[in-house]
Amino acid sequence: MIAALAFYLFAAILIASAVMVVTARNPVHSVLFLILAFFNAAALFLIAGAEFLAMILVIVYVGAVAVLFLFVVMMLDIDFARLREGFQRYAPIGAIIGGILFLELVFVLGSWSFSDQASELRLSPTPGGGVTNAEAIGRVLYTDYVYLFQASGLVLLVAMIGAIVLTHRQREGTKRQDIAAQVHRTGSVVLEKVPSGTGIAALGIRRPPEPEAEPPKVTHEAGHGHEGHH
Amino acid sequence: MATRGTTEMTIGLAHYLTVSAILLVLGIFGIFLNRKNVIVILMSVELILLAVNLNFVAFSSWLDDLNGQIFAMFVLTVAAAEAAIGLAIVVIYFRNRGSIEVEDISTLKG
Repeated sequence: MIAALAFYLFAAILIASAVMVVTARNPVHSVLFLILAFFNAAALFLIAGAEFLAMILVIVYVGAVAVLFLFVVMMLDIDFARLREGFQRYAPIGAIIGGILFLELVFVLGSWSFSDQASELRLSPTPGGGVTNAEAIGRVLYTDYVYLFQASGLVLLVAMIGAIVLTHRQREGTKRQDIAAQVHRTGSVVLEKVPSGTGIAALGIRRPPEPEAEPPKVTHEAGHGHEGHH
Repeated sequence: MATRGTTEMTIGLAHYLTVSAILLVLGIFGIFLNRKNVIVILMSVELILLAVNLNFVAFSSWLDDLNGQIFAMFVLTVAAAEAAIGLAIVVIYFRNRGSIEVEDISTLKG
């Protein structure tokens, strides 16, 4: 009874916030309603008994994906009023296609039932007897599906590298450390054997040899100043 | 684990499938509604993938088969990767064009 009421509450909030995601005037509001939708979907997962996946949904979606959306929406300076110009134009065709799709889904659900041998066809049945959901998932995921698990990690790695490569840019005029040029620079720094007891005053102050006489150009192209030394 | 309902108020599999179908339709409707704003389109794709995950979890729970939850986790992984790559593309598109209107992306048309 309580579970049913909770299901109806969470499902109603989930659908209402999904409506707000697609119809909100401000994309920042869309992202915030998306976070609300994810929380309610996690609650529905909990009611269905998938505790681990509910927590993963909150952590991955709310903690990473939604925050990423929020960063991008707030970082880009977008004229949102111009983006909504075709809003009315596409609403009827979207409603027609959505309605057709929903009717088809209702027909599929109405004429569908479980197979007789559904319980024998299970690949990895849920273990009973005090095994928690996370432990049961771990037992299956790290044994039968360990290669797929590694492959999904590879997908995430490729996505990370791709995002970095796409958005990283080399800006002109910035000073950065060039380690190879530093290592290869010889001759400008010379070790001197100082006789003990005399002090540095006996030798005079040693300075590295001056490169060439081109003082004004060094400040002009600061990034390529290392070439003057050798 | 949830069991099959006997009384009238108990939540059955059809409830979950109905919520999931509504969520999927809303996601597709959102893609049509926000034809210009690619960020909201990406959010609609996230809603569609959430509907898929809801279906997987509901079937996994009602059939007592853990494979659905495993697959839902892989869907989650792919959704996170897709969001990261999609938003990176949006950022560089905005950097090059100064807007994110996707209706006039026809550079690759040839």
